Amino acid sequence: MSKRIDVKDLNVYYGNFLAVEDVNINIDAKSVTAFIGPSGCGKSTFLRTLNRMHEVIPGARVEGEVLLDGDNLYGPGVDPVTVRSQIGMVFQRPNPFPTMSIRDNVLAGVKLNNKKISKGEADVLVERSLQGANLWTEVKDRLGKPGSGLSGGQQQRLCIARAIAVEPQVILMDEPCSALDPISTLAIEDLINELKDQYTVVIVTHNMQQAARVSDKTAFFNIAGTGKPGKLIEFGDTPTIFSNPTEKATEDYVSGRFG
Amino acid sequence: MTTTSLTKSRGAGHTGDKVFSAATLAAGCLILAVLFGVALFLVVQALPALTAPADQIQGGAGFLSYIWPLVIGTLIAAVIALAIATPVAIGVALFISHYAPRQLAAGLGYVVDLLAAIPSVIYGAWGVAFLAKEISPAYDWLAKYVGWLPIFQGPASATGKTILTAGIVLAVMVLPIITSLTREIFLQTPKLHEEAALALGATRWEMIRMTVLPFGRPGIISAVMLGLGRALGETMAVALVLSSGALTASLIQTGNQTIAAEIALNFPEASGVKVNTLIAAGLVLFVITLGVNMIARWVITRHKEFSGAN
Repeated sequence: MSKRIDVKDLNVYYGNFLAVEDVNINIDAKSVTAFIGPSGCGKSTFLRTLNRMHEVIPGARVEGEVLLDGDNLYGPGVDPVTVRSQIGMVFQRPNPFPTMSIRDNVLAGVKLNNKKISKGEADVLVERSLQGANLWTEVKDRLGKPGSGLSGGQQQRLCIARAIAVEPQVILMDEPCSALDPISTLAIEDLINELKDQYTVVIVTHNMQQAARVSDKTAFFNIAGTGKPGKLIEFGDTPTIFSNPTEKATEDYVSGRFG
Repeated sequence: MTTTSLTKSRGAGHTGDKVFSAATLAAGCLILAVLFGVALFLVVQALPALTAPADQIQGGAGFLSYIWPLVIGTLIAAVIALAIATPVAIGVALFISHYAPRQLAAGLGYVVDLLAAIPSVIYGAWGVAFLAKEISPAYDWLAKYVGWLPIFQGPASATGKTILTAGIVLAVMVLPIITSLTREIFLQTPKLHEEAALALGATRWEMIRMTVLPFGRPGIISAVMLGLGRALGETMAVALVLSSGALTASLIQTGNQTIAAEIALNFPEASGVKVNTLIAAGLVLFVITLGVNMIARWVITRHKEFSGAN
């Protein structure tokens, strides 16, 4: 149930400001792709264009094509709501709905897309999703408690459970571990490894070791200077990017000689 | 020596701290003292009416039978006002906070705030000179077609000066209060949660139902309670609009009266135990408002665990 993403000549603008220029990238199904690069290079912005979440930001717009198994997300008549139900997202800071219980958090997306769901089906889905997010054993006795009572790492895994409960084709993760301690980070990284058996995963990270650990392919984004657009510099197999990159800028960045 | 430099305190900073702490303490005590003073005054002045023989109270049947129609009238007017104002206010607030283009939202918010600044006597004048006249055909229609409901029993008042008109005027008056408060609360919904809902494939309305409304729930209740406080206590508009009389179930006939309007209309000519009776009515209004606010607090804290504050 996972699909591939092909991006063709994508430009992202904030108003008249060109934020990301001319990205072409092919993301394989059932793989983990990491976006790395310095702050402000547009990797998070670009990630958001993959499920049209950039449209939440006033003035943000896109030129070009993003194809999900050949279907253009920006084609005429395509509803962003449908796009987002197929391409889920996990954010930088854990954001379970504070007004909902753990169980309701997991079911939040499902209730939107498929209003009628029996209690039995819901129970099965909650257990499967929480197990899929390696959280079931920790929360199975307190499903009725608020999600905001969990630790940061647990909250983030709850958000992942919420995202996979709707069985998306692709899961986008925007620096999912940057607010977490190393142990919680490890738990999420293990989870990402398991998720790629079923889903296409795209992850933005500032942590290059993390990119090296979890991803099959890595894309390096860079920016020429303040006010210039971000660009995709190099995209390839993760071992190649980290040990033998083609571009000088990539080598400088991954070896820590950047700037 | 290091020990002396540690134990030595910065005199000026501490003086500022002490002054500020004393000032806030005094302000806190003052508000309690004022509240207590008002309550004490009401109780002391009301006692003669509560203990007076039944035939000395207006109506000649004792304080209870004097006050309960007024209590019911007050509650009817306030409930009508809130029933109309709350959904409209939440709708307007959501439009301003989540639907309207930014420039329109700013202008609209400003207009709503302006509405709150209009004195109540103006609303009263508008209610009696315009609304009551214009609305009486609608009352005739109600009496004719849904008159079998006790609350719309005919014959409708020809002047339109009924408790329903008063309730509508009150609704217009409390609308801006509820709107501006709920708007501020809706704007404070964390972006993070709104985006979480949208990223799950929620439409804008679903996002609002999942995040904005639950997050704003305690705030909505507080705003409604503030509106209720104004509706319960509003005097001038009701005194002008309502052609008062005995308690009736029908909302479109003349009749009913609210406590605040009763006090305002009768106080200038009252003397003796009549003054005490009116003050006792004021005490009852005070207790109602207090009770309503305590219930609201209880409702808010009951859901604290899920409020998003933690």
